[in-house]
Amino acid sequence: MAGSTLHDGLTPLNGPSNQISDDAQGFYVLGENIVDPVAPAGPIKDRWTTRKFENRLVNPANRRKLDIIIVGTGLAGGAAAATLGEAGYNVKSFCYQDSPRRAHSIAAQGGINAAKNYKEDGDSTFRLFYDTVKGGDYRARENNVYRLAEVSANIIDQCVAQGVPFAREYGGLLDNRSFGGVQVSRTFYARGQTGQQLLIGAYQAMERQVAAGTVEQFTRHEMLELIVVDGKARGIVTRDMVTGAIETHLADVVVLASGGYGNVFYLSTNAMGSNVTAAWRAHRKGAYMANPCYTQIHPTCIPVTGSHQSKLTLMSESLRNDGRIWVPKNVADCEKDPREIPEEDRDYFLERIYPSFGNLVPRDIASRAAKYMCDEGRGVGPQVAEIGPDGEQRMVRRGVYLDFADAIARLGKHGVEEKYDNLLDMYARITGENPYETPMRIYPAVHYVMGGLWVDYHLQSNIEGLFVTGEANFSDHGANRLGASALMQGLADGYFVLPNTIRDYLADGPFEKVAADHPEVVAAQRAVEERVSKFLAIQGTRSVESYHKELGAIMWEYCGMERTEEGLKLAISKIRELRADFWTNVKVLGASDNLNQDLEKAGRVADFLELGELMCVDALNRRESCGGHFRGESQTEDGEALRHDEEFAYVAAWEWGGDSNEGGQPVLHKEDLIYTAIEMKQRSYK
Amino acid sequence: MKLTLKVWRQANATAQGEIKTYPLDGVSPDMSFLEMLDLLNEQLVTQGEEPVAFDHDCREGICGMCSLMINGEAHGPEVTTTCQLHMRSFSDGDTITIEPWRADPFPVIKDLVVDRSAFDRIIQSGGFISANTGSAPEANSVPAPRDKAMRAFNVATCIGCGACVAACPNGSASLFLGAKITHLGELPQGQPERWSRVVDMVGQHDHEGFGGCTNIGECASACPKEIPLDVISQLNKDLRTAMKQGL
Repeated sequence: MAGSTLHDGLTPLNGPSNQISDDAQGFYVLGENIVDPVAPAGPIKDRWTTRKFENRLVNPANRRKLDIIIVGTGLAGGAAAATLGEAGYNVKSFCYQDSPRRAHSIAAQGGINAAKNYKEDGDSTFRLFYDTVKGGDYRARENNVYRLAEVSANIIDQCVAQGVPFAREYGGLLDNRSFGGVQVSRTFYARGQTGQQLLIGAYQAMERQVAAGTVEQFTRHEMLELIVVDGKARGIVTRDMVTGAIETHLADVVVLASGGYGNVFYLSTNAMGSNVTAAWRAHRKGAYMANPCYTQIHPTCIPVTGSHQSKLTLMSESLRNDGRIWVPKNVADCEKDPREIPEEDRDYFLERIYPSFGNLVPRDIASRAAKYMCDEGRGVGPQVAEIGPDGEQRMVRRGVYLDFADAIARLGKHGVEEKYDNLLDMYARITGENPYETPMRIYPAVHYVMGGLWVDYHLQSNIEGLFVTGEANFSDHGANRLGASALMQGLADGYFVLPNTIRDYLADGPFEKVAADHPEVVAAQRAVEERVSKFLAIQGTRSVESYHKELGAIMWEYCGMERTEEGLKLAISKIRELRADFWTNVKVLGASDNLNQDLEKAGRVADFLELGELMCVDALNRRESCGGHFRGESQTEDGEALRHDEEFAYVAAWEWGGDSNEGGQPVLHKEDLIYTAIEMKQRSYK
Repeated sequence: MKLTLKVWRQANATAQGEIKTYPLDGVSPDMSFLEMLDLLNEQLVTQGEEPVAFDHDCREGICGMCSLMINGEAHGPEVTTTCQLHMRSFSDGDTITIEPWRADPFPVIKDLVVDRSAFDRIIQSGGFISANTGSAPEANSVPAPRDKAMRAFNVATCIGCGACVAACPNGSASLFLGAKITHLGELPQGQPERWSRVVDMVGQHDHEGFGGCTNIGECASACPKEIPLDVISQLNKDLRTAMKQGL
């Protein structure tokens, strides 16, 4: 934090944004600016404590009369269901999987940050806050991030009490490691399976409430519509994926904890079923979608091997602590056995370009550098088909080496095994290659989205009674997420934030019951039924899967690691064409009255086809490079990301304006990001 | 690679199922087993036949959603989940038989998809530590011996896929049960409910219709997470101790 000054949190350090460029002209309508209506004031360290006190309480006797719907059972949804159930509310929990324990939080490998300062290495709530805001490239909301850092320590206490088996030292106390390029050791972990252990903790706490009767769980249920009555979210329409029954569930409040939308890229590290539908249906009902273009691309994934590829697998970035990343200096060497390429013919490009951080540069920088090497033709591994910038198909090698030879020489094979065996085994299983003998091949892949539904300090969207938590909201990670902070945010929202803010909303309840035959309820249910019938009625010639793949290829090329005005405009026109074709030519077989996985997927892809366009419009409008969003037009002479704080220090909150193929345009509402505790600075990792 | 697939097709829970045979060409050894099924489904859609339903989600071996009896073995010939099984484990010209998990407490929903909600109900019966949010003490106030914490972690890696049940001739879920009993029983936080937990969970296990354990060991050899058989000894030991206490 050298050179940084802490401020009192009382005085604004920057003014409102003043956007001059207008790249997305013609693709959107400018709406009114917005502010967080419940933003706290006063010294930053006191804001959450004060707010918790100010928020009204709900009498325990009233809680069982209040119905809460929670969509999603990952860390954010599972933790919230457990906590609100314990408090005595009447919770209905929904997930599309066969059990809440399957939610994709389970796949997180690395760890969870907490400002415990167990290592006495100078960590503090303020430092975690600072690192998170800086890591997010000053595009996160200060209030929310400070609160996140503040409750981080409670999360660890809670998880340990539940029996989460974190790594421990010989004395039986908790171990920590340094993660994601920060200089303190604040990451708690359970080998490479931290997400699994945290999720099982939340799942078990939730199942305990199922047994206690406070939580009713609906598995293999997919939310397909939000019910809004008199401006308030009052329920959802779901499809029972086993019987096909379209059902209405009404409540006093609805919580979306439905995860991220990285699968818009088709290939990502997300689970196959991860989707945007719950969030997108809410967006179409009026909820703002904030910063949709902010995508995190993770540098250390196993590369694509061919067109059959259905998903990508992350290798924890902890591998970068000991592995060295390189490509051949000469294009002619790219097909050679890497062990036969002599040292002087290898280009350790991260160490060369970023001598002070080397292989540990932030995720976006490491990812982009790997892309450039492959663009130059110095990638390794099999050639794979992709769309080029000109829209034509081409064959490129997409991979760089991650080499453990030096680490094995230094630590011994056993030393490397002890640290990374589960990751290296996974690599061997997927690729059929032995990483102890030949360098691993890695390539960036979409891993996480920082964008999501807009929420205020209480995690409430602009639709009253609709709360959004975890990856599904936008609030904490800005333009780039710091390593080991996704788990922290999911659990912070679920265990500690939402339960303390939702009560203020519910203090006005129970609200007048909504009748099952209320016109809004009937209309929502009918809309879902019609949409399902429509998919089955089109009877075209192309599979749902093929549309998804094509959309993914467009998104990856034009809205992936590097975005340009020209590319984004091309992408928008391609997506519009693809979407129009989908609605006339998709082929969904089977019936709607039983398990039909193609039908489920059709609904998700239809929503991705709308979301993808909005992501491109958002990326087009934001003519600056920040965090995971790199605009080719906005870089320094050295090719580094260049932010434009005067123009773009705002949250882009988009309002649904209708399908663009029918003349609709999204409406942009800006929420200025005013910092009072930290000054904005350009990043430098050289 | 060219394969002959013999796949269990069953329209719904009550319909009569049958094995159907499909030839499949163009399989790459780099495909995962599920990507091979994706290819089959793409082919079926083109032919106008409804695709084969199968459960899957993370496709990285951790969510526990995928299943399948492959040539009679749970998750196929390697020690891993079906999603992490790759076609390089098979040979050109092979015939592969693909069936759903076979166990009464896991009824078939459609094709290769089964209902494993019995596992959720076993967890509901006691597979947790009662610690309401907000009530936790400082995390380091209770040290946990490292070897015990490591054993707890090693068995807590169970993904709840149900392969142990599918592999067991008795249809027993003792490995699943033993893993949870051992995970929570090895930690200091798990002690207060230790004895009631084992009694309640075993009761629910039996109530769901899972069979008894006769120490055959198929479960542990089929387990993609290599949960060791000794968790069942731990289960029995804890159950004996609990029963001696009159629980």
